[in-house]
Amino acid sequence: MSINADLATIWAFIIAFAVFAYVVLDGFDLGIGILFPAFGVGEQRDQAMNTIAPVWDGNETWLVLGGGGLMAAFPLAYAIILPALYPPIIAMLLGLVFRGVAFEFRWRDPRHRAFWDVAFTAGSVTAALAQGIALGALLQGIAVDGRAYGGGWLDWLTPFTVLTGMSVVAGYALLGATWLIAKTEGGAQRHAYRLARWSGVITLIAIGAVSLATPFLDHDYYSRWFQMPGILLTAPVPLLIAVLSLAFWRALGREAQYLPFLLTLAVFALCFVGLGISMYPFIVPDQVTIWEAAAPVSSQVFMLIGAGIMIPIILGYTGWAYWVFRGKVGADGYH
Amino acid sequence: MFDAFDPIVLARIQFAFTVSFHFIFPAFSIGLASYLAVLEGLWLRTGKQVYLDLFRFWIKIFAVAFAMGVVSGIVMSYQFGTNWAVFSDKTGPILGPLMAYEVLTAFFLEAGFLGVMLFGMKKVGKGLHFAATCCVATGTFISAFWILSANSWMHTPTGFEINAAGQFVPGPSWAAIIFNPSFPYRLVHTVIGAYLTTALVVGATGAWHLLKARRGEVARSSGPIEPSVVAANPHPTASGEAARTMFSMAMWMAAVVAPVQIFAGDMQGLNTLEHQPAKVMAMEGHYDSHPDGAPLILFGLPNAREKRVDYAVEIPKASSLILKHDLNAPLAGLDTIPDDREPPVAIVFWSFRVMVGLGMAMLGLGLWSLVARARGRLYDWPWLHRAALVMGPAGFVAVIAGWITTEVGRQPFTVYNLLRTTHSASPLAAPAVGASLVAFVAVYFAVFGIGTWYIVKLIQKGAEAGEPEIQDAPIRTAGIAPSPVQHPTEVQQ
Repeated sequence: MSINADLATIWAFIIAFAVFAYVVLDGFDLGIGILFPAFGVGEQRDQAMNTIAPVWDGNETWLVLGGGGLMAAFPLAYAIILPALYPPIIAMLLGLVFRGVAFEFRWRDPRHRAFWDVAFTAGSVTAALAQGIALGALLQGIAVDGRAYGGGWLDWLTPFTVLTGMSVVAGYALLGATWLIAKTEGGAQRHAYRLARWSGVITLIAIGAVSLATPFLDHDYYSRWFQMPGILLTAPVPLLIAVLSLAFWRALGREAQYLPFLLTLAVFALCFVGLGISMYPFIVPDQVTIWEAAAPVSSQVFMLIGAGIMIPIILGYTGWAYWVFRGKVGADGYH
Repeated sequence: MFDAFDPIVLARIQFAFTVSFHFIFPAFSIGLASYLAVLEGLWLRTGKQVYLDLFRFWIKIFAVAFAMGVVSGIVMSYQFGTNWAVFSDKTGPILGPLMAYEVLTAFFLEAGFLGVMLFGMKKVGKGLHFAATCCVATGTFISAFWILSANSWMHTPTGFEINAAGQFVPGPSWAAIIFNPSFPYRLVHTVIGAYLTTALVVGATGAWHLLKARRGEVARSSGPIEPSVVAANPHPTASGEAARTMFSMAMWMAAVVAPVQIFAGDMQGLNTLEHQPAKVMAMEGHYDSHPDGAPLILFGLPNAREKRVDYAVEIPKASSLILKHDLNAPLAGLDTIPDDREPPVAIVFWSFRVMVGLGMAMLGLGLWSLVARARGRLYDWPWLHRAALVMGPAGFVAVIAGWITTEVGRQPFTVYNLLRTTHSASPLAAPAVGASLVAFVAVYFAVFGIGTWYIVKLIQKGAEAGEPEIQDAPIRTAGIAPSPVQHPTEVQQ
């Protein structure tokens, strides 16, 4: 491998890391939005909101890093993938607009709080669904014509992408519920345990369904997963997910505080590894590899310096902000 | 439904609309973040309650404006890919890293410390809280640095090579790309513009409450409001001291910075003349070359068909004086520019005049306030206060007019003289772009209109003496929501 190949791989990992950080961090924010209708109006909702109010903005920034990083490190992929996913991307952006302003507006305007609560939920569900659809659309493949997208406006809409869209909604709900378990006490926490059970079951079914459907998409996913020697690498992934699921149910059973959230993160990480196994080294399945899409070495090196210095610092002060707002969000309320 | 439209025109309208809407919020929050840092610093140094009151008052407004800036900004970061894929592919190796640096060095800094700034005063103590406020303010600057570097490169591209795939790729020096010829001028002009914009909003807020107090004679007495006045008025006016402090600080800013801004704008104009002469020709309305001194057209109607300015009101030779510092210096006109490289004159001509006219009005307001201050009448001249109130939104209009001038003046190119706008777009279908444009327009007007209305309501209420941290929300210290009903006394520092 030349130095360029290494750089492209490094950048593929950095962007994968940014997307993963986005998925798990904003995932629980969006999950709380998805579960919002299940919370009692008033204190229960306010409390759920308060667990994420200080951190949601930083969580969402990983999405900008994912998109911006893709444009910078793999401009050709950015230029092909985004037009291919035009409607879901626009829907996601509009959903995030409603979700983001609802945080501020619901405090400002108690008379219309009910409306902003609906906007918060609708925005969160729309964004989560659109992200899941985008993921599925990328997995099932994108038509390429030269250096541009070569398909139609609705190519992204298939039964498979509807499935991945709904799966991401369920997964985010699980993240939100387990986050609330960690951050609340008393009646609110009991409610969160109930929600975690439900969303846990649905998420596991969804993971199973997507995992079974993916190898039968018309790419070489099947051979990667089910033939020697690939199966030696791939077999541990579903086995680990099964082990983690068992641990998750036991953690819920003995009312662990932080373990359900951490185990959910681990499940998400494994799903991510599975995605990586399916896709690498393609960035557009069967069409464009990371090396074909890569920006010139000087662009990638210049950014690598910045990313190498800044990402640890960002993780440091983001961790500090989480530390400042650590602990349960108050036991009062819930009379 | 949109089949009759040109998809590229729709995509351009969409970009213009979303970026104009977006920039309103950073223009405000760059200045406001600095103002908040100054207020908190003054409070820590002097211990005066009025600075803490003002800090707590403006931070609520900042929170709303910042949220709107964030969500409209995310739209921008994805719109390059959805609507301008060819541009993204070709310029990604150069502009991508600049924007990635913006995320890494600015956005995370702002977002990471915003939570502590908004809700963390009691958790981390005064010193660390002030540090968080300063981090957020610093983040707004760093953000301006990178995004204006990227934008400036589109106007004055340097330090690049073109590879076999037709992409702009970095040459040997990133410094040549980042510090391209128009960047220093644009950065200074834009940041000062943001400061002026914020100063005018703060000044209008102070003026509004001074005018209101004239009717109730409240604000001129210092200190908190008498209970009897509150009882008579369900919407108590701001503390008089807060209103006066705001107005005074804002008028200093206007008086000092407006002339600096006019100078900085002039410098940028000369830089533009050097690198983008066609843009300046459009700004000036010079269809014809003037070999011996060009007139300054104050007003007129640019006539694109006849290639002249109808009904022009001119000052002879003044344009040459401004641009060349010589009455008789020759100035080329658009007759020297091929038609297919000419920007749309009328838009540039008018937006430029709006910007300059408002700049002059800001200068006038600043000078007027100096006269009032010199006579010790700063808080007593209602006409000055009315003028400041009317000028409240002027900064936003001037900033948007300035952006229209520079961006439309770059047409018909996205990368000046190298990449045409018509060759930059994604393979778009008009119905998709049209539908998303309608959705953006509807959502933006509704959501940001309501947000702006909330800000106006907050401004009308004003800063009260003993301003509580967060009134109508559970107090979010430690993310704790105690019972929603809180007495202000419980949340004092």
